[in-house]
Amino acid sequence: MVNVLFFAELQEAAGSEKINVEADGLSVNELKTKLKSSHDLANLDHAMTAVNEEYSHEDTRLKSGDTVAFIPPVSGG
Amino acid sequence: MTNNFWITQEPINPHDCIEKVVRNEAGAVNTFIGTVREFTKGKRTLFLEYQSYIPMAEKKLVQIGDEIQEKWGNADTAIVHRIGRLEITDIAVVISVSTPHRADAFEASRYAIERMKEIVPIWKKEHWEDGTQWIGDQKEKTSYEKEIPSEEEMRDG
Repeated sequence: MVNVLFFAELQEAAGSEKINVEADGLSVNELKTKLKSSHDLANLDHAMTAVNEEYSHEDTRLKSGDTVAFIPPVSGG
Repeated sequence: MTNNFWITQEPINPHDCIEKVVRNEAGAVNTFIGTVREFTKGKRTLFLEYQSYIPMAEKKLVQIGDEIQEKWGNADTAIVHRIGRLEITDIAVVISVSTPHRADAFEASRYAIERMKEIVPIWKKEHWEDGTQWIGDQKEKTSYEKEIPSEEEMRDG
């Protein structure tokens, strides 16, 4: 299982801060496709992805226990 | 051990940030204070709500400090950002940079705030009289398609 974190507008769209997804062995891109089919997350493609607290690429392979965070465009400061 | 980069739910006292970078070698401490503005393009903000992916945000703040150290050499940086509900005029962020000479401290603190708006996972939600909205992409030039923002984007921004 992979831990998936949502923030800001994605959190509101997903209706959850955190979900567990069966995504071991999937790429980040494949996880996105899976999430878009199960949740109303059109803005997922506008988000950056972090795996285990580091920005990651679409082709990064996920393993059990990874934490994947979807990072909408940031607006701190 | 002193931690120069942190996210807090509490009101920020700028001195807490400044004192972390004061040192004998420094002839300049430049401090940027970001505050909550009431009007943006004529629209009144009632209050802001900030959210963060705290462990990653603190790592990215550390990274900004490392980048500054690389670019300007002898530079100490401290950054604190507040999350939760912030009222008009509240302090959202404080950045302090100390260097031997003032030019580097000015430049490096500017770099820090611009870089923060690219890579640090913190978001603000505007609360207006007629609604709310999570704000993103304040630089207005950053492509949403890019997975990882580059330093060059910041430099050119």
